[in-house]
Amino acid sequence: MTHVPSVPLAAGHPGFLSPTGVEIAFVLVGVVALGAAVATVTTRQLVHAALWLVVALGGVAVEYLLLTAEFIAWVQVLIYVGSVVVLLLFGLMLTRAPIGRSPEADSGNRPAALTVAGGAAVLLVVLVVDAFRSTWIRLDVPAAGSTRLTGEALFRNWVLPFEALSVLLLAALVGAIVLSRRQGASAAPPEAAGTSEDGGR
Amino acid sequence: MDVLDTVWRLLALLVAFLVLPLLVGQLEHKVMAHMQGRLGPMYAGGFHGWAQLVADGVKFAQKEDVVPARADRRVFQLAPAVALLPYLLVLVAVPVAPHGGVVQALDAGLFFVLAVLGVGVLGSLMGGWASANKYSLLGGMRTAAQLMAYELPMLLAAASVAMAAGTLSLPGILAEWEWWWLPWQIVGGFVFFVAGLAELHRPPFDAPVADSEIIFGAYTEYTGLRFALFLLAEYAGIVVVSALTAVLFLGGWHGPFADGLGWVWTLLKTAVLSFVVIWLRVSYPRLRADQIQRFAWTVLVPLALAQIALTGVVKVVLS
Repeated sequence: MTHVPSVPLAAGHPGFLSPTGVEIAFVLVGVVALGAAVATVTTRQLVHAALWLVVALGGVAVEYLLLTAEFIAWVQVLIYVGSVVVLLLFGLMLTRAPIGRSPEADSGNRPAALTVAGGAAVLLVVLVVDAFRSTWIRLDVPAAGSTRLTGEALFRNWVLPFEALSVLLLAALVGAIVLSRRQGASAAPPEAAGTSEDGGR
Repeated sequence: MDVLDTVWRLLALLVAFLVLPLLVGQLEHKVMAHMQGRLGPMYAGGFHGWAQLVADGVKFAQKEDVVPARADRRVFQLAPAVALLPYLLVLVAVPVAPHGGVVQALDAGLFFVLAVLGVGVLGSLMGGWASANKYSLLGGMRTAAQLMAYELPMLLAAASVAMAAGTLSLPGILAEWEWWWLPWQIVGGFVFFVAGLAELHRPPFDAPVADSEIIFGAYTEYTGLRFALFLLAEYAGIVVVSALTAVLFLGGWHGPFADGLGWVWTLLKTAVLSFVVIWLRVSYPRLRADQIQRFAWTVLVPLALAQIALTGVVKVVLS
């Protein structure tokens, strides 16, 4: 930090050297989440992949927490760990979830998947680094990730995208119902159409 | 908050976590017995068999810890911990008494509690899959289907209270609470409590562990201490769901002399709700898996949505 007097912008900045405990924890949790994510895609056991995904998503939730975004962190756990992964496991158990390795689940798309994943990762890292290069979280004001501030931002500044997203989700929901009912009707004889309400369960 | 204060709070939390589930377990033994015209445990410990669960614990600790040969060893052994620990974490955010009578007040405490409760079910899923047993797998599938059906009404009912209070913090909700919230939010309270029962697999929602159909569901292959941990998780779950219902819908520490005796009111309300949980087990037959799904989607979800609409209307009229 020898150049501090000559660069006024950096005067009030904490440096990258001598990291605080929170920063060290952030890096360590990030390493764990990254490792779990790599294990998710490299493990040869289907259910283990879903369980590694739990660790990766939980790690991301802890990262949100360390960035003072408490509300987003708990929503992450509630939706992704509590519901999406349970749905994944349910799907695996319904179809096939053998104990041990599943070599037939390898599709041979590994190079293509690696290219797409690597490209997306590079893009995101460049974007995030460029956008938040010199932004620091201030701890002396109310946290920007608190429930109140998140709600105010969502329902005042970003209410239009929020509503557009909810319409999109509603369309997906209706589409799923239509798809499942049409398949049930074509498989069953026509006189069973009156009982198709039970088929939608 | 200094270090000593934190240590005391964590110690009190640990003691509550170890003692309250055992009390509920003993209460279940005795209440079920008396409702069925029996006496229940009478010998262990001398006075009305108070030490029966301690003796059970010693018995479980002595048993051999068996892992089936074709099971997935690590997942099988990890599952009981995943099932039990979330309930300990939830208790961190539950306010017991006014003026800071909570281990850690969280800004989004309601979401924290519901999120962590959902993680506990992963333990049953892991155990059901890793046991390499058809009955266990069936139990795991029923658990997952039940969780997905009852998560939604539980969230909606909790959202209604959050709307009424204008905050997601559990102490904040209790600070806003007035006595007329009791009739106002009673439907939401019913939905929340019933959905909580379903997430715990308590009768009448115990199809995932139905002993006459699939032995003991996801826990069939477990023995010894790991089996005891699953049982402990069930009783800890009763305590947590009862305490949460009491805090969200029955006013928690509110009551006469709340300043000094707030924690007594919380414990009393939790105990009464725990008694209701046991009462329901003795009173109702088990629902079939399809009846469980139908009840969630055609009764609880519409009720929860109606409660949210009512909450919104009253809130707008009052403001």
